[in-house]
Amino acid sequence: MTDAPPLLRVEHLSMHFGGLVAIDDLSFDAARGEITAIIGPNGAGKTTVFNCLTGFYKPTVGRLTMQRDDTPWQLEQLEDYRIARDAGVARTFQNIRIFPQMSVLENLIVAQHHVLMKASGYSALALIGIGGYRKAEREAVALARYWLERVNLVERADEDAGSLSYGAQRRLEIARAMCMRPALLCLDEPAAGLNPRETGELNDLLGFIRAEHDIGLLLIEHDMGVVMGISDKVVVLDYGRKIADGTPEQVRNDPAVIRAYLGEEDDALEFVGGA
Amino acid sequence: MPSTGNGTQASILPDSGHRRLPPGAIFKEAGLTAVVSLALLVPFVGFKIANRGGEQFLETRLPEVLIAAGLIFLGRIFLILVREGSLALPVAGGAVISAIGLFAPIPSAFIQAVAFTAGLVIIVRAAFMVFAARRRSSTGREFGSGFADGYRKALPWLASALIVFAVILPLMPFGERRTIDIAILVLTYIMLGWGLNIVVGLAGLLDLGYVAFYAVGAYSYALLASYFDFSFWVCLPLAGLFAGFFGIILGFPVLRLRGDYLAIVTLGFGEMIRVILLNWVSLTKGPDGVSGIPRPSFFGLEFKRYPAEGTESFHQFFGLDYSSLHRVVFLYYLILILALITNFFTRRIRTLPIGRAWEALREDEIACRSLGINPRNTKLSAFAIGAMFGGFAGAFFATRQGFVSPESFTFLESAIILAIVVLGGMGSQMGVVIAAVVLIGLPEYIRDLQEYRMLAFGAGMVLIMSWRPRGLLSQRDPTISLARAEGKTS
Repeated sequence: MTDAPPLLRVEHLSMHFGGLVAIDDLSFDAARGEITAIIGPNGAGKTTVFNCLTGFYKPTVGRLTMQRDDTPWQLEQLEDYRIARDAGVARTFQNIRIFPQMSVLENLIVAQHHVLMKASGYSALALIGIGGYRKAEREAVALARYWLERVNLVERADEDAGSLSYGAQRRLEIARAMCMRPALLCLDEPAAGLNPRETGELNDLLGFIRAEHDIGLLLIEHDMGVVMGISDKVVVLDYGRKIADGTPEQVRNDPAVIRAYLGEEDDALEFVGGA
Repeated sequence: MPSTGNGTQASILPDSGHRRLPPGAIFKEAGLTAVVSLALLVPFVGFKIANRGGEQFLETRLPEVLIAAGLIFLGRIFLILVREGSLALPVAGGAVISAIGLFAPIPSAFIQAVAFTAGLVIIVRAAFMVFAARRRSSTGREFGSGFADGYRKALPWLASALIVFAVILPLMPFGERRTIDIAILVLTYIMLGWGLNIVVGLAGLLDLGYVAFYAVGAYSYALLASYFDFSFWVCLPLAGLFAGFFGIILGFPVLRLRGDYLAIVTLGFGEMIRVILLNWVSLTKGPDGVSGIPRPSFFGLEFKRYPAEGTESFHQFFGLDYSSLHRVVFLYYLILILALITNFFTRRIRTLPIGRAWEALREDEIACRSLGINPRNTKLSAFAIGAMFGGFAGAFFATRQGFVSPESFTFLESAIILAIVVLGGMGSQMGVVIAAVVLIGLPEYIRDLQEYRMLAFGAGMVLIMSWRPRGLLSQRDPTISLARAEGKTS
């Protein structure tokens, strides 16, 4: 780690639901220009971490510091929409949440709501035709087109988002999140329900975002193939507790991880090693 | 059956050609229908309580019952034939039934109307089947998508034609007093429907208390005019402002509520406003209502036969003979303009960020939050703007009636406005127009049929909902298209 604070620093995050401890004293960093994966068995608290990060839950204890344009944002104190708007944390959902009855392009324009609201004088000025809304909208469409090309949806820009196939809806959701120009993109199981070819395309897309856009990526994943192939750093959770943290190589050979995932038999070791 | 022999009217539906029902089965099915309907008709239509000299008698209406049952029997046969792929016979039969309804000396006007409509329904149904079958066989597509495309293309023409019709309506020969009065009423509901459409159709917030804002607007004008002598043109924006303010007041407590819960709270709010108006006697005169509300003037020219000393009235200024119709026509144009402003505003705001945020909020609130959209402000703005248009309409209502009382703002009004929006197709502007004409205009026009009016109202609702569960026009037009947006830039 360098002297500069990391993009996202999670310190002593705990989340209790009544007596249930979903996350227990979790600390990790996510850096800009890297893909950080959070993995763990079902019920390990991965999605809860995301929901704390994006403000859908208020953490019981902990500090979540996000750096955007040299300004630190304390995520645990912000409302969810401000985390997205001001701190620049975009997310996708495990069960896709696009706007099904709006067109694909509209989905991407809505994601640029804040920029367009400002340009249109909170819609009031644009209503009477004053201000630079036309220009701002053109720029919004240009950005949308850029991401449509990246996710192969240009041809279907004017169709209802709900009519897209499952895989296309997942890509659209990522494109929509990227249209917010976020500093950190959080992906909740982006490969769930995708076939191997689509998973490959997803890997390419995530690699492209990492290479071309100077942002951090945080992803929750079940599919070890996706995680090990593209992550720079892996955090492993089990029962809400961090059991390992490091490069994919380190994590793969960590006995605690193998125990959590597969029990302790020897042949299981080989299986993970070969994954 | 006769339909099988004729070559030109052979099967329309390719797959149903060979599985013809034998005549016996058809008669059996139709007979069963007739018996069931007879059982219903005898108690509902067969007896009538008549009042003669203060005493009540039970009258029987056998002819009506028999004619209705016979119509149902015939109609059922024709519908079966349509289903089986025959065309000519049902169309001819439908035409005959319609003609009987129009010209035959049947004792009841209602039976005539029913016969006429029933015949039309059979013809339309037959035509619909042919059209659908032809389209399916030629393009392989479902009927609905073709209709959607055609509708989308035709919409601008249809809208312009309707506006032109609305503008010249008072000049037409049939533009008599009664027609214009009904048109004013329909336009008021269209405007209310368009206003509520912002809240329900765009933002997806089910508001059962919309009439509260209508009431706030009406009473704002009534009270400001009677206490401070403000004129209509000063009060109109104020009424909208007050109603919008009440929209925000209502909005705050319901921000966290969704769906059914939201509906219940808004319902309560609507009733609260009415009860306050009813009980705050010192301000609102309670159930007596506020009367003597000033009529609007035409740029300072009043619509009076004998204007006050030193002023001129409309007919004197333009050198016309006095006619009470002038004011009615003026009110008609006033509500037409107000409604068109509402429509224009809604269509424009849909393409602005706030409008898109409303629609996104309707689709998925959690996704909206994750995209940095402030749900609180977005919802409040929808409530406020929807309420504002309700307030404008309320001020118009007050000036048209010259009298307001809490009785005009019952829950039934909210329900009717909501029904117009839902039946028209949530979010559809044209749908609101059609639904308002069908639900308000038609029952008003056939007021002669008195007791059947509400029956027609209910039947209309049931029919629309079973035929098109998502409303008459449920197609949603995207607010932006990639090709068009980029075409502008180059």
